[in-house]
Amino acid sequence: MSTKGKVVGIVSNLVTIEVDGPVGQNEICYIDLAGVKLMAEVIKITGNKAFVQVFESTRGLNVGCEAEFTGRMLEVTMGPGMLSRNYDGLQNDLNKMTDVFLKRGEYTPPLDNERKWAFKPIASEGDEVRGGDWIGEVQEGWIAHKIMVPFAFEGTGTIQSVAPEGEYTVEDTVAVVVDGEGNEQKLTMTMRWPVKVEVRTYKDKPRPFKVMETGVRTIDTLNPMMEGGTGFIPGPFGCGKTVLQHLISKYAEADLIIVVACGERANEVVEIFTEFPELDDPRTGRKLMERTIIICNTSNMPVAAREASVYTGMTIAEYYRMMGLKVLLLADSTSRWAQALREMSNRMEELPGQDAFPMDLPAIVSNFYSRAGFVYLHNGQSGSITFIGTVSPAGGNLKEPVTESTKKAARAFYALAQQRADSKRYPAIDPIDSYSKYLEYQEVVDYMDEHLEKGWVDKVLKMKDILLRGKEARDQINILGDDGVPIDYHVIFNKSEIVDFIILQQDGFDKVDASTPIKRQQYIANKILDICDSSFDFENFENVTTYFKKVINIMKQMNYQEFQNEKFNSLEKELDDLLAERRVNGDGGPGEDRKETVLDERRSGDEG
Amino acid sequence: MKAKAFQKIYTRIENITKATCVVEAEGITNEEMAYVDGRPAQVVKINDKWITLQIFPGTQGVATNAEVVFTGKPPTLKVGDDLRGRFFNAYGQPIDGGPAIDGEEREIGGPSVNPVRRKQPSELIATGIAGIDLNNTLVTGQKIPFFADPDQPFNQVMADVALRAKADIIILGGMGMSNDDYLYYKSVFDNAGALDRIISFMNTTENPPVERLLVPDMCLTAAEYFATEKNYKVLALLTDMTLFADALSIVSNRMDQIPSKDSMPGSLYSDLAKIYEKAVQFPDGGSITIVAVTTLSGGDITHAIPDNTGYITEGQLFLRRDTDIGKVIVDPFRSLSRLKQLVIGKKTRDDHPQVMNACVRLFADAANAKTKLENGFDLTDYDKRCLDYAKEYSRELLAIDINVDVDKMLDTGWDLFAKYFSKEEVGIKQVFVDKYWKN
Repeated sequence: MSTKGKVVGIVSNLVTIEVDGPVGQNEICYIDLAGVKLMAEVIKITGNKAFVQVFESTRGLNVGCEAEFTGRMLEVTMGPGMLSRNYDGLQNDLNKMTDVFLKRGEYTPPLDNERKWAFKPIASEGDEVRGGDWIGEVQEGWIAHKIMVPFAFEGTGTIQSVAPEGEYTVEDTVAVVVDGEGNEQKLTMTMRWPVKVEVRTYKDKPRPFKVMETGVRTIDTLNPMMEGGTGFIPGPFGCGKTVLQHLISKYAEADLIIVVACGERANEVVEIFTEFPELDDPRTGRKLMERTIIICNTSNMPVAAREASVYTGMTIAEYYRMMGLKVLLLADSTSRWAQALREMSNRMEELPGQDAFPMDLPAIVSNFYSRAGFVYLHNGQSGSITFIGTVSPAGGNLKEPVTESTKKAARAFYALAQQRADSKRYPAIDPIDSYSKYLEYQEVVDYMDEHLEKGWVDKVLKMKDILLRGKEARDQINILGDDGVPIDYHVIFNKSEIVDFIILQQDGFDKVDASTPIKRQQYIANKILDICDSSFDFENFENVTTYFKKVINIMKQMNYQEFQNEKFNSLEKELDDLLAERRVNGDGGPGEDRKETVLDERRSGDEG
Repeated sequence: MKAKAFQKIYTRIENITKATCVVEAEGITNEEMAYVDGRPAQVVKINDKWITLQIFPGTQGVATNAEVVFTGKPPTLKVGDDLRGRFFNAYGQPIDGGPAIDGEEREIGGPSVNPVRRKQPSELIATGIAGIDLNNTLVTGQKIPFFADPDQPFNQVMADVALRAKADIIILGGMGMSNDDYLYYKSVFDNAGALDRIISFMNTTENPPVERLLVPDMCLTAAEYFATEKNYKVLALLTDMTLFADALSIVSNRMDQIPSKDSMPGSLYSDLAKIYEKAVQFPDGGSITIVAVTTLSGGDITHAIPDNTGYITEGQLFLRRDTDIGKVIVDPFRSLSRLKQLVIGKKTRDDHPQVMNACVRLFADAANAKTKLENGFDLTDYDKRCLDYAKEYSRELLAIDINVDVDKMLDTGWDLFAKYFSKEEVGIKQVFVDKYWKN
């Protein structure tokens, strides 16, 4: 018999329940408020009192309301039919709710129980299987959705029977497995899994090594993201966090995109709802919505469910990863999730950490990020979850707990800079503060050598140096005045401007420029490095700026053209002619060295 | 407030703080309203039979034997067409001497709109102020605050926006408004003969601060009534949200909650979002648009209140005094309307985005020229033309006393381009130059 209880205390959405039996931490219960069942999760237990966070408004609740415990943790139900759906943070199908306003206690099933799926068996009778192994598949949109042995299945078992090819609903039995203890288990196409527990039924989780193209040049070229990698985007409001995430979700090279809108503006989600069914996926030619699942808990929806939403997204991502798919999980914004934790911690009167966040915030954040990753399955296939979260630092100050905790956990850091946003240099990712730890991985260096070109990572580092040196030169120019510095300073600065305008800046609203394939990025990078390695001859500093502005203008026009079409080629010719005008013959090596010396002297001069 | 016959009266208050009291009672529901010694109060915490009540007007003079009466329901507002033209206090009671409203009683702070049922905002709200309509166009269903220092004339601008916006109903929520400003609004609306379109909920500085917490929910409950029942375009003006947030911090402090940044409660983001997210475009044509005021302290937008607001709202509007022309302008650099791209060039003339960008870019060049001038560098001919342009642009378009339609604003833009610059310097797409350039 399940445990029951009675409400004895209420503060906002933290409710105390006196229970008559055993309860578990994180167990789900339903509180009965005049016939409406309110879902809640146990977050603390003292004696016979369970403290639960209610996923709904607690208005009207009173002492004595009855609660029933389910004996299960917060779970998601997974099976074919999740693609293109819009779920709330607790995996309720929002489209199945007919009212304009959300109704308290209305829970809708995440899957369609009536629909029939064409099942094709993969495993056969007598096969030895374990949790996560593939039994069969159904076609879900354009994805071959694998029907798997439930992740919760312990040890190994033997398949007694598999249903023949045919039409089945998600509730029909499609296989019978005998487990280690000789018990028969009937398997359907659905399974449940607690969201706060990582799915570990894969064989191996190596370090990420494969590049995942996003089409965003400043990411792919300078600070690449890996399949199975983790990254985060912090930035003050108005810097384009959400625009950047939308851009990534549109063009990233992934089989499946899960967007978790976590405590952000509802109109931004509406934008996805409105645009994604219309936009084409450049890789498959299908609509973007067909590879997208949206988990939506906007800022005005209940706070506790906001915390659940990121876990719901991650668990669904893990489910698809076990099918050997490349999943990209985006969460906007993880700060709102951390704030939800703070609100609960505060109500439970826990001793606070910095800025009143709970003490274990860094642990919770890194634990969550660690669930991403590239995995090998037992059948030799591979799958991945790439996770990119945004962070909304209070006051734009990166020295706040959420940013700092995330910095420890995520491997790539895309800092959005207010200054770049103000001068309309979009995407506003600061090239100097941002980093991708993956560039240090030997596996990644080797992968780039093999798939892009030998020595690629060195080229990337060189480009970063050009940017850094350009920034130093600009600072000097600003202090000493245009004619107070040697002409070389202007050259160094303008070379870094080429990298800025042609690689870093990208027009997300232009059809061609919005997404650049990696091969084209390689071409651009090499072209720019060639320019930067050359020496040019100038009479005075005014000519430097004018000249490089022309160079930048031509290259920008090239970015707007289809790669190597007629117009592109004629622009390239124009560019080469322009470069030949002022390029000094012979190799640029010594010139470069000389410039560096000048800067180095300057620097040591400053220190003195 | 007299107790009704069937209501139980409690007279044993256990514990009194500056804003709350604890009373022993049974069968009490969360968030229900009560009256303590005749003062409105709300249940904020229940611990077995100990009920914590937040007393809105404060607890001065409340005795331990004061009468406590519970109403059995959360705060409500009676809604109906009669609300038009009326002034109410934070509890939704008339303060204009008129009769009580007889209408459907609705709980305030109701549920949120299902995100999949929202429509993408797509209708322009014209205010006649070019700094808004041209550069930071407002859209129905949007939420946007003025970030202003207390000395700036945001009340005048709000009143102008309210009167000119083609909204069916305007709801004004005053929080901590000075009595003078309240009278200002009243007379402006009266003089304009617009009173029948306006509903006001007022908490002035003469009223207790904690009462303010009810004002936004009162406004938005009325707004939802008109937007859903009558499919009206509703414009809600909330001023001043900083004082609302201050009231939140007072309450959380009295309830011994641990403050987070700038002594604000940890739930500030959610509390503000619950209000602002009521801005919505409904599928049946009704909409709620929120224009708010968040006063800043010395222009500091990193303070928790403007910072959290900025993450919630769809842009912000900054006012600034332009000393060159001696007028207040809408700052084109710091202001932003995130939803403007949904309407500009689509609902307005096709050259709108390009003209807007060119105008602002040239204004930025003027700012650079000004810096050069101040630092004692020589100005080029272009710099000088930019400075002249900036003055005229500021006076003819950015100043808040402008009242023209969008086409006229665009024409003024082209006039200025032709007067001061060459076509190349303006750098607008050729098709528009061919069509609109004034020779």
